[in-house]
Amino acid sequence: MSAAPEHAPTMARANLAERIAPWLPMLLVPLVMLTGLILIPSGSSWLTLTVSGLAMGMMIFIMASGMTLVFGLMDVINFGHGVFISVGAFVGVSVLLMLAGMTAAPSLFLNLLAMLLAIIAAALATGALGWAFERVIVKPVYGAHLKQILVTMGGLIVVEQLIIVLWGPEEIYILRPEALKGAVTFAGAALEKYRLVAVAVGLALFLTMRFVLRRTKIGLIVRAGVENGEMVEALGYRLRLVFIGVFVAGSALAGLGGVMWGLYQEVITAHMGQQMMILIFIVVIIGGLGSVEGCFIGALLVGLLQNYVAFLEPKAALISNIGLMVAILMWRPQGMIPVVKAK
Amino acid sequence: MLMKLLSGDAPRSRVLTVILMAILFCLAFAPFLFPGVRSVDTAARICVFILLVASYDLILGYGGIVSFAHTMFFGMGAYGVALACTHMERGFGALIVGASGGAILAALIAFLIGLFSLRVRAIFFAMITLAVASAVAVLVSQLSGLTGGEDGLTYKIPRELTPAFRFGKETFGGEILGVKTNGRLLAYYVVFTGALVLFLLLLRIVNSPFGRVLQAIRENDFRAEAVGYRVISYRTAATCISAAVAALAGALYAIWLRYVGPDTALSFEIMVDILLMVVIGGMGTMYGAVIGATLFVVAQNYLQGLMGAASSAVEGVPILPDLLSADRWLLWLGLLFILSVYFFPTGVVGRLRDGK
Amino acid sequence: MSDPILTLQGVYTDIAQYHILQGVDLQVPRGEVTMLLGRNGVGKTTTLRTIMGHWRAKAGKVMFDGRDIAALPTPAIARMGVGFVPENMGIFSDLTVEENMVLAAVSGPIDAGRLDWIFAAFPPLKTFWKSHAGNLSGGQKQMLSIARAMVEERQLYLIDEPTKGLAPAIISTMARALRELKQQGASILLVEQNFSVAKALGDSCVVMDDGRVSWSGAMAELAASAELQERLMGLSMEAHQ
Repeated sequence: MSAAPEHAPTMARANLAERIAPWLPMLLVPLVMLTGLILIPSGSSWLTLTVSGLAMGMMIFIMASGMTLVFGLMDVINFGHGVFISVGAFVGVSVLLMLAGMTAAPSLFLNLLAMLLAIIAAALATGALGWAFERVIVKPVYGAHLKQILVTMGGLIVVEQLIIVLWGPEEIYILRPEALKGAVTFAGAALEKYRLVAVAVGLALFLTMRFVLRRTKIGLIVRAGVENGEMVEALGYRLRLVFIGVFVAGSALAGLGGVMWGLYQEVITAHMGQQMMILIFIVVIIGGLGSVEGCFIGALLVGLLQNYVAFLEPKAALISNIGLMVAILMWRPQGMIPVVKAK
Repeated sequence: MLMKLLSGDAPRSRVLTVILMAILFCLAFAPFLFPGVRSVDTAARICVFILLVASYDLILGYGGIVSFAHTMFFGMGAYGVALACTHMERGFGALIVGASGGAILAALIAFLIGLFSLRVRAIFFAMITLAVASAVAVLVSQLSGLTGGEDGLTYKIPRELTPAFRFGKETFGGEILGVKTNGRLLAYYVVFTGALVLFLLLLRIVNSPFGRVLQAIRENDFRAEAVGYRVISYRTAATCISAAVAALAGALYAIWLRYVGPDTALSFEIMVDILLMVVIGGMGTMYGAVIGATLFVVAQNYLQGLMGAASSAVEGVPILPDLLSADRWLLWLGLLFILSVYFFPTGVVGRLRDGK
Repeated sequence: MSDPILTLQGVYTDIAQYHILQGVDLQVPRGEVTMLLGRNGVGKTTTLRTIMGHWRAKAGKVMFDGRDIAALPTPAIARMGVGFVPENMGIFSDLTVEENMVLAAVSGPIDAGRLDWIFAAFPPLKTFWKSHAGNLSGGQKQMLSIARAMVEERQLYLIDEPTKGLAPAIISTMARALRELKQQGASILLVEQNFSVAKALGDSCVVMDDGRVSWSGAMAELAASAELQERLMGLSMEAHQ
């Protein structure tokens, strides 16, 4: 053990600086919440807004996570990602409408079961669509960003139009399942039940994703592949297959997020995914393209800020996100958690 | 002389030359060749879109950067003219102030977006322009007090450019070749001349040393940087020029329509149209803009009717009528777009040049 | 001796519009260390990357263990038993040392005996087992990079400049580990600029110049002749040290 001590000091120095830096973005979330608490006059309004901000953030995260991973892993930028949100919402809502008996019953169990079925159907449909999208639209343009942007945008338009062909051009209104309607009162604040469920589902998905990425071999391959895909292949892993898997999983998550978002808004349109893409882009850019943690923090920031600002100054809500993006890019041009890329 | 006007950039294909001359001829004499409100309207639209698409080609085809904010810049010019005409005294001064104000604002915003995105990665630009353009579109519909919201603005342009203004009664009886010499005719030539001059200016820019550096960057930004060109400066400059010209195209459109609204000047559909025109015509060729815009605008005007007819012809068959309905125009455009990017990346102009 | 483990016949490789390899012929005998020498930019790294399938040969054959692998995808080549230590080390800096090693053990959990051997060869890896690989020093990263290739038995190791920029003490650690690897029966194709290391480790030697092999033969023969060194590699190798 002769070499070790002599290198130890270098380690420790690098550690200190590097340990603190990644935590800074995470501190932003409580910081924004605290600022909200100071600016918003009533504590109960603050709590309501915070919960809805977190709920919104979680749903955005679910929808955005696939896109950031797909980019990190294969440098593929999918402008059509939003279409999985729309397709997921339409499939899920169709299932819920078919299961009207279950959603209208005042039984939490039946309601959740119906939602679960809708989510599974949506995830399966968008997963399959994602696979087809990858094979047909994305695969021929690996490695060419300009064409990727153009072609995936084209894919988005085509699938959006197909939704209209299949489901008609009108928006569809949907009621939440019986037991998820209304709100619970906590510390004088009305907290919508559905938002609490959304927070729980989002958190569970984030933790699951983190677990898979940190603790399983496939997660190791994905994380290593984001940094240096060539080396992962040189070790003997077929990164293309892993990538297709991630693409399909990311599409399925977007579809799942689409159902949840549809129920949150209680209305769905073919363009909803395209509209969500704006927030998703902001989130993945400020998070750091390719970083799941960054995407999570970014989504929460966007959700919270949007809700606080909408309460304080409604017209500035949308601009607030652009402002957030500008501020973060001024601080860290590569996003909050920049992804290390091997040369 | 002619080559000098074209900045030495010849069409380099006999067929292409003939087509371009035909288009130029038709547009130059459109009010006389195709009298009628609708066809002159189509010709004006073609002029505006040729300019708009050419300005987009400057960044996409020559700079290799995808922007989704081009409609926003277009809208800035259009709204600039509209607001100036609404709030200023009626006259040409308002047009000039509106157009130049819109162009300056567009260049400024392009500069800011470029500052934040281009120094990191060119793809950031695509994402950020999409986000900003959507935010602006929402903002325009929210600030209805200023912009008229969803209804848009109707305003008065100088009387000399309206149908009510007649001239030349004494000299040639108020008619040339059976076409009434009124302000509308003048307005068309304002649009045509403006588009032509600005198009030639763009042609000059892409054939200047600046344009060549831009293409070198598109081919290999790493090497261009290594050779000593400041890649970010060149790209940012290109986006600013492109944005300003797009705004001027918007101003011309606003002068022609005497109305602006989200649908005519800001909608995402116009962005899709622009993308299609530039890809179909041929990226990085400038002349592609002429071909793409002309083909597209003509097709849009006449094919939609054809689709409607096809749709009613297959009535009774499941789904097919829905697929062919004129409202599903975008579906087929999207497919055409994807196929063009795959199999036809050099567009009509590229094909014609290859085939000589 | 049996047939060579690796044979390149007339391999041409282009990178973009540049013709980097222009007909490379070389052999790596089984159970030997073959040194790949030559000045910077003559195509040594490209040769390794072409064998690994990172860059595709435009023409020629890459025979590994009796099979042409020139058209196989990289993962398939790796799974046939080729370990690769690239020039930039290819460390996953976002992963811990442990995770790097777990990932390198493609066919299952790490063999305990092999891990002990690796720890004995590279003690710092044991010390920093749970640390992020990105925080390691340059020498430690190089140790990890080689250890990753060693974690499972491979038939052939392609190693690109393992001693580049390292302190003499660490270079000797590297050399010892590579010698142990050879003693286990592995074949090694090693790119090396440090001639004293090359001399100490190499059995045979291939010298490249301008995208082709300009000389090949026994290491001892090259080591013995200063004139040959001067002619093949321009600079006298003594000056390199």
